[in-house]
Amino acid sequence: MDALVATYSRPAFEDEGYSSDEHQELIQAKPSLSLNFALPPMRNPSAFLRALTDDHANPSCPIKLAHGTTTLAFRFQGGIIVATDSRASAGDWIASQTVKKVIEINNCLLGTMAGGAADCQYWLGYLGMQCRLHELRHKRRISVAAASKILSNLVYSYKGMGLSMGTMCAGVTPQEGPALYYIDSEGTRLAGNLFCVGSGQTFAYGVLDAEYHYNLSEEEALELGSRSILAATHRDAFSGGFINLYHVKEDGWVKHGFRDTNPIFWKTKLEKGEFSNVTANL
Amino acid sequence: MWECPNYTSQLHPQLRTKMEVLLGFTGKDYTIVAASKAAMRGATILKAADDKTKQLNKHTLMAFSGEAGDTVQFAEYIQANIQLYSMRNDTDLGPSAVASFVRGELARSLRSRKPYTVNLLLGGMDPITNEPHLYWLDYLASLAPLPYAAHGYAQYYCLSILDKHHHPDIDFEQGLKILKMCTDELKRRLPIDFKGMLVKVIDKDGIREIDYDMSKEVLPA
Repeated sequence: MDALVATYSRPAFEDEGYSSDEHQELIQAKPSLSLNFALPPMRNPSAFLRALTDDHANPSCPIKLAHGTTTLAFRFQGGIIVATDSRASAGDWIASQTVKKVIEINNCLLGTMAGGAADCQYWLGYLGMQCRLHELRHKRRISVAAASKILSNLVYSYKGMGLSMGTMCAGVTPQEGPALYYIDSEGTRLAGNLFCVGSGQTFAYGVLDAEYHYNLSEEEALELGSRSILAATHRDAFSGGFINLYHVKEDGWVKHGFRDTNPIFWKTKLEKGEFSNVTANL
Repeated sequence: MWECPNYTSQLHPQLRTKMEVLLGFTGKDYTIVAASKAAMRGATILKAADDKTKQLNKHTLMAFSGEAGDTVQFAEYIQANIQLYSMRNDTDLGPSAVASFVRGELARSLRSRKPYTVNLLLGGMDPITNEPHLYWLDYLASLAPLPYAAHGYAQYYCLSILDKHHHPDIDFEQGLKILKMCTDELKRRLPIDFKGMLVKVIDKDGIREIDYDMSKEVLPA
């Protein structure tokens, strides 16, 4: 009899909190159902993928991934500056010069794209979805720390399976203030003041480190961010196109244009006398 | 026979070569050439006060990096020949002539059975026109006259700084400031310690080494 009662009766507060389905969904790092990916039916799918995509080892590989980028973000007294170039290259080929490498997760959170274009676009889009769900569940906006952790746990669950991404999450929340995180597909997640990611990172670091300090004015910070991307587009063959510039403040991000590098380069050279190794006369 | 496999390379030879810093730029009336002081073999620093430069004649200095052995052999060979020219003709070759000669020797070596794997910077002051010169040469015998140049990983960090801050008419003080920016960045971002820089200046009075303090710690932001 007791067994029969136990089977058909329910605890009084069963419907409170999360259902077991919801709980599963929350603790699982990997997305479920429709977001489960079919993998090649072999013992080591990532080696298979690498064989098909490794342009460096095998120049005639059938799949050329979009790679090569310069992205940067840094914290300063007035918020966070986020800047990127806009070139996507697949092997030797410039696939696009107008890529949006800053992904607007919501009106306070930005993500940047470096590495595989598809991986970044897809998973940052997914992150946006998770952030919105968090907002609906908890009735408040997700912290940057939590958002970046969702992404890092996600990519870590796919570690060794060929994901390639180096991204930064920048945002301002009431709890944290301005916060900046670096996340890559190896599973690294770092909080910091200043990051540059991509094939042009060193060139951007060079310009940025030399003049960076936390008390930069808003105008100086925007100029330094933009100039660092310009430096990278000038020296790195896999970076170029347009400079995409954002400023994240307490009340959300502000976009500061998507500007062509070529006129900016010549303006910088001719008006400020920089790039003295490039000749202006034919 | 005794065999000692792998007695050097924990670190890939090419990686080691790239970790060696060569940096140079011209100013209004001088050329600065700087080289890292660490002599590395594998995962070891053998010497922390290495001089990777050779004076060729009164107004030309050559800095070199590359494969162990090749570097010094090649540099001494070039030095001897340039000195021989000065003695025979009672006059020094100008920097551009020296650069052409060095390039020629590298090109000849490149087509030989065992080419020299050496990258070079040649800094000079033309004693007649009093103009500063800097030449960038690599082991494939490329020769480029440039206002500023670097070899190895230093290129990736310093060229963007020099793109922004270098002007052809900078005085010596400004030059040192720019050099500091570059070496600070290298200290900040290169994963290994290259044991500071040896800095030499070439101007109308000849070549001199300057005291260059890099002891202050620099940390990433």
